[in-house]
Amino acid sequence: MTAGQALIALTQAVLAIAVAPLLVGWVDQCRAWLQNRRGAGVLQPYRTLRKLFHKDAVVADGASWLFRASPYVQLGAMALAAAIIPIFGSQPLLATSADTIALVGLFAVARVFVALAGMDIGTAFGSMGARREMLIGFLSEPALLMVFFTASLLAQSTMLPTIVDTLAHQELAIHPSLAFAAVAFAMVLLAENARIPIDNPSTHLELTMIHEAMVLEYSARHLALIEWSSALKLLNFAAIGLAIFVPWGLPSPSEGLLAVLGGVALSALKLGVVGAVLAVFETLSAKLRIFRAPEFLATAFLLAVLGLLVHQLLGG
Amino acid sequence: MTFSALDAVLVIVVAWFAVGLAGMSAQRNLAWVARTLFPIGAALGLGLAITAVVALFAPTETRVLLIGLPDLPMHMRLDPLAAVFLALIGLAAPGVSLYSAGYFREGEGTAPGLQCLQYHVFLASMAMVVLADDAFAFMVAWETMALSSYFLVTTQHRVPEIRSAGFLYLLLAHVGAIGLLLCFGVLQGGSWQFTFDAMRNASLSPAWASVAFALALFGFGAKAGLVPMHVWLPEAHPAAPSPVSALMSGVMLKTAVYGFVRVSFDLLSDTQWTWGAAVLAIGALTGLFGAVFAAVQTDMKRLLAYSSIENIGIIFSGLGLALLYRGMDMGALSALALAAALYHCLNHAHFKSLLFLATGSVLHATGQRSLGKLGGLIHRMPWVAGLALVGTLAMAGLPPLNGFVSEWLLLQSYLFTPTLPHTLANMLVPLGAAAFALTLALAAYVLVKFYGVVFLGRSRETSPSQAHDAGLLERLGMTWLAAMCIALGLFPVVVLRALDRVNQSLLGATLGDHAVSWWAIVPVAAERASYNPVVFAAGIAISITIAFLLVRRLYHGRIRRSPAWDCGYPDQTPRMQDSAEGFGQPIRHIFGPFFRIQRLLPKPLDTAPKYALHLADRWWDWLYAPIVRVVETIARWVGLLQQGRISLYLMYSFATLLILLAFVL
Repeated sequence: MTAGQALIALTQAVLAIAVAPLLVGWVDQCRAWLQNRRGAGVLQPYRTLRKLFHKDAVVADGASWLFRASPYVQLGAMALAAAIIPIFGSQPLLATSADTIALVGLFAVARVFVALAGMDIGTAFGSMGARREMLIGFLSEPALLMVFFTASLLAQSTMLPTIVDTLAHQELAIHPSLAFAAVAFAMVLLAENARIPIDNPSTHLELTMIHEAMVLEYSARHLALIEWSSALKLLNFAAIGLAIFVPWGLPSPSEGLLAVLGGVALSALKLGVVGAVLAVFETLSAKLRIFRAPEFLATAFLLAVLGLLVHQLLGG
Repeated sequence: MTFSALDAVLVIVVAWFAVGLAGMSAQRNLAWVARTLFPIGAALGLGLAITAVVALFAPTETRVLLIGLPDLPMHMRLDPLAAVFLALIGLAAPGVSLYSAGYFREGEGTAPGLQCLQYHVFLASMAMVVLADDAFAFMVAWETMALSSYFLVTTQHRVPEIRSAGFLYLLLAHVGAIGLLLCFGVLQGGSWQFTFDAMRNASLSPAWASVAFALALFGFGAKAGLVPMHVWLPEAHPAAPSPVSALMSGVMLKTAVYGFVRVSFDLLSDTQWTWGAAVLAIGALTGLFGAVFAAVQTDMKRLLAYSSIENIGIIFSGLGLALLYRGMDMGALSALALAAALYHCLNHAHFKSLLFLATGSVLHATGQRSLGKLGGLIHRMPWVAGLALVGTLAMAGLPPLNGFVSEWLLLQSYLFTPTLPHTLANMLVPLGAAAFALTLALAAYVLVKFYGVVFLGRSRETSPSQAHDAGLLERLGMTWLAAMCIALGLFPVVVLRALDRVNQSLLGATLGDHAVSWWAIVPVAAERASYNPVVFAAGIAISITIAFLLVRRLYHGRIRRSPAWDCGYPDQTPRMQDSAEGFGQPIRHIFGPFFRIQRLLPKPLDTAPKYALHLADRWWDWLYAPIVRVVETIARWVGLLQQGRISLYLMYSFATLLILLAFVL
């Protein structure tokens, strides 16, 4: 990777971090349209972030250093993930330093820290949220790994850029294993990003919330960092899904500036479509009871394992 | 004759014995026993580690020691496999010994001087197990290890529960040892030579080789804690003093792994792939079982004991995979799986010891082992909490710490499977990978529970306890282990080069030159998989720093303290936090068939309602209770002979004499 290409890759990673709230704003706006509301506009998340950054942070009495460090760790982990996943171009900045398995580990780092921070204050809500988050995590993480395994077996590599490259440039073939994996991945995406039907990002009803319960004690800049990293997580997951299942049109930096810009535009379009589909799905479905969440995720895990078995036994 | 690495190891073993004996001179003098002898033992451990690393890159050495029975000299051998496990003992021991120097104090139970003897004999015997090159020396060292650790477990021998836990441990250790004796008996293959060299050269029929393998799996599995021989672990670990638990879980279990590798990869030359499939299945089952049970425990040391079972399961599934590939003549893949399993041994030795030591400090500070009464210790014990966090994150398998590296390697060895020639193996490998992924994710759940309930939140006891942080020596010991966790995580290439020597000597295959780059691990080829922990760690650190500086520069760092939000109910008490039972509830719900659950529910009109929940291991009902019943029935029949009347016993003698005469005539 030359210096110029590294600069392009760095710009792409920074761009991903910068536009992540925009994706959340877009999903919210789509949802508003679908529900016959006018909506607050796609820029609303930025306004919220600005407001939060300006406020004084209120920290509960019993909070330790872990509570205050956790939002930074989450954002750091998600930012690193944005430099590993091919979001706007096929050669991300730190692609060679981590593969898909390390990526799953990175998401686990963020999850463990947010759960630990939730337990730090010592309120009933924090620990309840932490427990539920870890419950969802322990089922969705292996499902995600299995999805990656299936893609890795097809591409004979666990490196995301290689997977993208292989899947994009092979002759058009239908892989039944990838179909299983795609469904499983969609379910994991919903669960990991605290979306309906597992969790509702806009609820603050005590007994139903999961992610919001853990971060209940956060305010001001800490909350802003958490919101931003959640947005970035959604963008990262959407980009992973696009990279594996719709891998076409990601340019490598060596193809010239025009191709790179075209790739960014195309990726933005694809992300916009994912956001719109997500909004439609969220509008059409209702939240599951928390007791049903394990079944939902176990289904995802089973589908992913089936995909893997289909690949091993049928070779496709 | 020059002074070689093997001589140095033997000198260290003898020195450990001497340190132990020196402890007997002034048994109750803590300044002598604890503050002087244990640090010397720690320094010897470090010496052992350095010697072992030197030996790893030197040619194999053998030596015959003229001690023991007449005509039965002890054979010693220092090859790369032995060197790796000596390094493991030598690296983990200094941390535990330094900690013990600050930990042991005057009290009930065994005198500190005697403990010092038992402790150092334990260390020395583990080193001898690894060095032994004939069945006789191996069994002597193995039994010395079992007995010395039994006495260490029963330090508080006045407590009946601890005595019975010790008995269970001794029982399973000996049942396992019988398996090993029989295994060596089969391995000599009719030559009646019990040196390992003779066993390597013995030609066994495939059926007898399988018998020997099954006996080895049984014998070493009982020591390592494979399901269903795992029952002693959750009893013995809470009973033992924390440094002893650390040593037993972190190091002693690895000697069983060593023995298994020695027999199945070295002594048995013709591997059958079905052995690998069996070990893989048992390992995956053990891993999942351990993780599920760890998630529902309410005693912190039992939780860690079950988590040891889980890690042993992970290690054995790696070994099973290595055997499977070896049986199918896939050398490079076998090397990858074996390196992953050995790497996980090293990692587990450090993070599990660290966490057991942390529970020791918590125990000293609060007197509580039950998770339901702890909480909020991060405020009172910042050192222990900080160091335990490193161990927790490492054990949860989070990058860039060490637990992740070995798990990454193992996942890679699952993944690089080409289509295997057997359908069963083709099915088993993806299923094993799925079980492994589930185990890993559950481990993170367990660790969040462990750390969150012990160190975070508010103290669940109403009276503020007089908890104090660990002393200087204790901190030093734990810091050593935490530093090793970080170093093993950041510089895996160095370790893999060392482990490749084992691959070379056992499998004749290596990971290849791809792993030569000093920063990234690249098991096969750069476009297939690579992981670069240093860049990874730097990436996280830089993005955290930039985020922190930007927030501080562009905005402000003002903080206001206020009470936590009470949701409109002002009477919030610390008991409303999740208890250990509460945190484990979802797992209990999902994996219900794993447990035997007894609930004691209060009646609606009870004035003093009590709620209790007992979880039991179903293996007791399935396996152990029937065996106990059979043994008791036989004992009752045999007991009929014993009538206590001399005339009857004389008649027995007379009858025996008659019967024997009938044979003779």
